[in-house]
Amino acid sequence: MHVIEAGNVAAANGVKLARAQVVAAYPITPQTPLTEKLSEFVDSGQMDAEYIPVESEHSALSVCIAASSAGTRAFTATSANGLLYMSEQLHWAAGARLPIVMCVVNRGIGAPWTVWNDQQDAISQRDDGWIQLFACDHQQIIDTVIQAFAIAETVSIPVMVCYDGYLLSHTYMPFDIPERDAVDAFLPEFSPEYALNPAAPCNLNTVTLPDIRPDVRGNTAPGYMEIRHNLHTDMRDALDVIKTVDQKFYDTFGRGGNCYLEPYQCENAEYIAVCMGSLSYQLRDVVDVLREEGLNIGVCGLRVHRPFPDEAVREAFGGAKGIIVMEKALSYGYEGALYTDIKAALYHCDNRPFIHNYILGLGGREIKTQQLKDALHQSCTAKIAPEDMPQWIGLKL
Amino acid sequence: MTDKKYACRISRSEPGPGDGGRTGSWRVLRPVIDLEKCIPAKRNKAACFNCWLYCPDGVITRTIPPTIDYEYCKGCEICAEECPVGAITMVEETVYIKEEK
Repeated sequence: MHVIEAGNVAAANGVKLARAQVVAAYPITPQTPLTEKLSEFVDSGQMDAEYIPVESEHSALSVCIAASSAGTRAFTATSANGLLYMSEQLHWAAGARLPIVMCVVNRGIGAPWTVWNDQQDAISQRDDGWIQLFACDHQQIIDTVIQAFAIAETVSIPVMVCYDGYLLSHTYMPFDIPERDAVDAFLPEFSPEYALNPAAPCNLNTVTLPDIRPDVRGNTAPGYMEIRHNLHTDMRDALDVIKTVDQKFYDTFGRGGNCYLEPYQCENAEYIAVCMGSLSYQLRDVVDVLREEGLNIGVCGLRVHRPFPDEAVREAFGGAKGIIVMEKALSYGYEGALYTDIKAALYHCDNRPFIHNYILGLGGREIKTQQLKDALHQSCTAKIAPEDMPQWIGLKL
Repeated sequence: MTDKKYACRISRSEPGPGDGGRTGSWRVLRPVIDLEKCIPAKRNKAACFNCWLYCPDGVITRTIPPTIDYEYCKGCEICAEECPVGAITMVEETVYIKEEK
């Protein structure tokens, strides 16, 4: 069914179609309309789920951890400082290997207080052990939410579906809401191998000794380090699962096909701009203009941030002359975190392209098309020393 | 559906004696049940079983009378603390070492 709606409504419809059984969330701008829509769905009986109102984000994720441990499909959503308030439980959910799905409606972090968009919230939680997917438009939001449950439940790792606050969450855009039957066929009921069961009591994630040890049955129980190692290797395996799920989604709904990177005009391009989220679609217009002016340039949106698709990055960018990474977040005291990741991946290439870094749009600072055009033009035509990275776009000092 | 390969990749343990390993020789106090006071033993029917319920190492049986597996008992004294009639006393291990000699 084709509709014209806000990005938050797209996300809510994805959660509804995925038949989430427990929703616990605390409202925070710009995520609020998403949770409002979900409570509306539950209240009107359109969604057969338990909606649990909580007093904080920490509790929201705690409820999802309990619900998921009991074998139900759980969902939550948040933004910015709400995500940070969950931080302890974020690590817990990943270590406990619970396939919770959460929408992170990207917003800048206080202080100073801001409600506008950047991506520092999600980037700051990069190393929680969650899979992080970024959507570029409303269609990708609803499709990614549905896929997220399939990915999470296959590998038993929680998934964040990130999309830009206001730019996507509050703007209206046409998108297709998939048919219920098709989604049911794509995403079968959640059936975990282990779930809390009063008939067979067990301890989950209690104090785990540094070394392995025999359990009460005489079997070898893993130590902390084995469990953490498995989370890492399973995250790497998740790259394949993300691809398989995307292929299945493409076969069912005819959408997708670019599971890690979404290239635009990148074939044989000498220069490629890289970013995450809605900015990559804004950059398409800029690329069109620059191409008319004779620059052989493309833009590539990164869909998967963790696990990092390093092989796909090498394949896509290894043959280019220059890579320009544009970020709405940074690792203070160094550079953009995505820039670091892409540089590291390209280190293994025979002919490394030059790589530039731009920080932009922090706390909702408007990103003008002309500014993007000037920045890309500068990167493609002028040499910038590595010590002058990152460059800032739209900074008024 | 969860891929079997990724199922139960967490710390998961079941209650039972010895989850914390054999005690060895370091226990200082040993809990001893006085069956004259113990409610289930005295009445010959299931009663409180607080000792069984509270034992953190699962070494006390839910039987009449309750028994304690000293192989795994760490001597924490929780059973003695929780017994509603004070039937469990903590006895110095040295007493038993002397006996064994």
